[in-house]
Amino acid sequence: MSNVERKLFVEPERYEFTAASIHQFDLARRDFFKILGAGIAVFAIAKDAAGAQETAPGHRSFHNEELPKDISAWLHVGEDGSVTGFTGKAEIGQNIRTELTQTIADELRVPLESVRMVMADTALTPFDAGTFGSRTTPTMTPQLRRVSAAARDILVDTAAKEWNVAPAGLVVADAKVTDPGSGRALTYAELARGKTLAQNLPAEDLITPPTEWTVAGKPIPKVDGRSFVTGHHQYTTDISLPGMLYGKVLRPPSFGATLASFQQSEAKPMPGVFVVRDGDFVGAAAPTEREAQEALDAVKAEWKEVPQISNKELFAYLKQCAAANTEDRFRKQNGSVEDGLASAAHRLDASYTVAYIAHAPLEPRAAVAQWADGKLTVWTGTQRPFANRDELAAIFHLPESSVRVIVPDTGSAYGGKHTSDAAIEAARLARAAGRPVKVVWTREEEFTWAYFRPAGVIEIKSGISGDGTLTAWEFHNYHSGSSGIETPYVVANQRTEYHAVPLILRSGSYRGLAATANHFARETHMDALASVAKMDPLDFRMKNLSNPRMRAVLEAAAKSFGWPRKKTGEGQGFGIACGDEKGSFVATFAEIAVDKKSNAVQVVRLVEAFECGAIVNPDGLRNQVIGAMIQGLGGALFEAIEFENGRIKNPRFSSYRVPRFRDVPEIEATLLDRKDLPSAGAGETPIMAVAPAIGNAIFDATGIRLNNLPMIPNGLRPA
Amino acid sequence: MPIEIEVNGKRYPVHYPPDTPLLSVLRDELRLTGTKYGCGEGQCGACTVLLGGAPRRSCQIPVSAAAGKPVTTIEGLEKDGRLHPVQQAFLDAGAFQCAYCTSGMIMSSVGLLQSNANPTQAEVVKFLQGNVCRCGTHPRVMEAVRHAAKMMQERGR
Repeated sequence: MSNVERKLFVEPERYEFTAASIHQFDLARRDFFKILGAGIAVFAIAKDAAGAQETAPGHRSFHNEELPKDISAWLHVGEDGSVTGFTGKAEIGQNIRTELTQTIADELRVPLESVRMVMADTALTPFDAGTFGSRTTPTMTPQLRRVSAAARDILVDTAAKEWNVAPAGLVVADAKVTDPGSGRALTYAELARGKTLAQNLPAEDLITPPTEWTVAGKPIPKVDGRSFVTGHHQYTTDISLPGMLYGKVLRPPSFGATLASFQQSEAKPMPGVFVVRDGDFVGAAAPTEREAQEALDAVKAEWKEVPQISNKELFAYLKQCAAANTEDRFRKQNGSVEDGLASAAHRLDASYTVAYIAHAPLEPRAAVAQWADGKLTVWTGTQRPFANRDELAAIFHLPESSVRVIVPDTGSAYGGKHTSDAAIEAARLARAAGRPVKVVWTREEEFTWAYFRPAGVIEIKSGISGDGTLTAWEFHNYHSGSSGIETPYVVANQRTEYHAVPLILRSGSYRGLAATANHFARETHMDALASVAKMDPLDFRMKNLSNPRMRAVLEAAAKSFGWPRKKTGEGQGFGIACGDEKGSFVATFAEIAVDKKSNAVQVVRLVEAFECGAIVNPDGLRNQVIGAMIQGLGGALFEAIEFENGRIKNPRFSSYRVPRFRDVPEIEATLLDRKDLPSAGAGETPIMAVAPAIGNAIFDATGIRLNNLPMIPNGLRPA
Repeated sequence: MPIEIEVNGKRYPVHYPPDTPLLSVLRDELRLTGTKYGCGEGQCGACTVLLGGAPRRSCQIPVSAAAGKPVTTIEGLEKDGRLHPVQQAFLDAGAFQCAYCTSGMIMSSVGLLQSNANPTQAEVVKFLQGNVCRCGTHPRVMEAVRHAAKMMQERGR
């Protein structure tokens, strides 16, 4: 393992990660069999977590920012042959439940229907840092394969003992161990019966290579799909417990406001209505949401506000507030940019900006909290159940073993559901009311009190030689983040730097993080350089690229798109962009049309080639890739959070425009399946090249270079 | 006298105040949670139900206005364990990711196909313009509606 792999730092734009990771096991093995019944169990225990397992509950094994490379997974084969996989990962619409189910079925050689995943429940699943960073596929699928392979070996050994033969000659398929010599067979159910065999994951266990997958690699439909089209699936927002109340929180008028005075209505609150004040927190719980709101409406609260900047002053402010010194890990230099610029035939400097945008998951933040016997159980749609648990434990002064966080399959997140806000609110109100409480944020709360994808300023200085070879590249990102900041192009002289800026609006993860901002700036700039060099944008990129995987996605997208293309209509434009991040590669080609009269821009066609190693589920992957492209249209064209004096000015779908059916162009995804490469995640990279491809197409059509995201919030203004 | 509403062929007395949005009554009082809250301003379509056969945003309708008109929610589409063709089409097309918008998408599509059995692509786009999907499954939803229209025409024949 290289040092780079070991030090998998959490990127700086994940501003919401203030708490350290905690490793701890809640579920002792004897409990495991008690819950699931007898059978065969295999535990893959992360190295970092293994230490914690020996210590008392609540012990924190490390406090740094690194994510563990190894992660935990458990597997159980029951006496009826049913297979249960355990992972701390959450299903948030990325369809990982299906992919993990396939993975186990494939490696254990059982039918898909016999596998069930238990996910993201801090009382039942092993610790997990969170479902983010495109990490589930590259880390969890191999780990589940290893535990499945180990369980398979136990089953084979058990059969070999039964028959008194060598295990080597036995064959496993279709949930059975067969002895080809005698024709005898034992099902997994028969082999697991009466056993309580548990084992840690052996150090080395061979897993099935992608070329031999039978269930993985197939377009298996979403597990439990039927429960979603019938409306029966219970999201957090749908949960109802006996005696449950509805909670509402009194929000300050602006960010950072503190409660100066608080007075409850003189009228006695209705029976069953609770109003809670705790510091600056004011909330109410009542038998209906409306009564809870009415209780808050009756509260007289005065707030002390603090002056804050608006989005109009933002970009100057970001540069002004940048830290004077950058941390070493956010600075990279090779050769001499000064020499590279001096020797350049053409120089090009430009500055780019990226607005704050919102995730706007359709299921808003929500939680249901229940206290019983001093223990707290919270159902909440979060990407970080264990971090939520730890935060709840800290706030309510409980041992972590007294808090259970359960994540029902959730109504999307896109990096936006890492924090514990709704969980804390529901738990606080439930404790005061002595009854379970559900808190569901309104859309306006969701747009205001969650967190945003950070805004940023990016500055680039560059030079090319007469033949279009990059000679110098200097890249500075202020505030938006360091993901995808390094250029994939070959440049001898380069300097790259991420400049941290103290938070202005509460910010955090978003699908792709700053890779979208950094790719927008870089790929727009590369296009401008191609234009300076009077070269075809694809030829110019190819000339400066050596990575064969990047070249391959560009070639594939060019072929699907039909690049180069002759313009056949007025206002037509074609643009391209590419990039790599988190072990996967993307190239996006766009066709746009500008209406000459109205200057309206229409994205006519988007073609994307994507490669993430061996594909586990091509249908799920295609859904993710096309979904990311469509979501990317919003940030590219019109999404932007407007704010002033600590208030969000467009906190509604009627004022914050998201992509809708009419915005969706003809769209194609070409998936390159590299069975010779380990599977990488796919949730993020496919969004990165959408904006620059469209921007470059607009330039091709109009000669107007758009350097700010969103590019056309108010339509295209002629130069 | 409490208001009565008819939902999925069953009559229910409503104890919530008459100006309560139909959505809140369906979800919180009747516990029919397949209909979703998404925005509370009729902008996202997640709360779409059929009211008197026509697709309506239940967050914008006071429950009093629903009295006397049959309400159909996502839970009312399945008949004798058999999915409605639109549900089946969404399932077949895998027209969802997180699926939180799916109930609303399906109800809007059912409403569309009841009034227009064979809509053009442009008509589907126009009709579903008010339904937000943040996961970006729009092309699959379009495919599902096309597929559903075909299935319904074949069944109707």
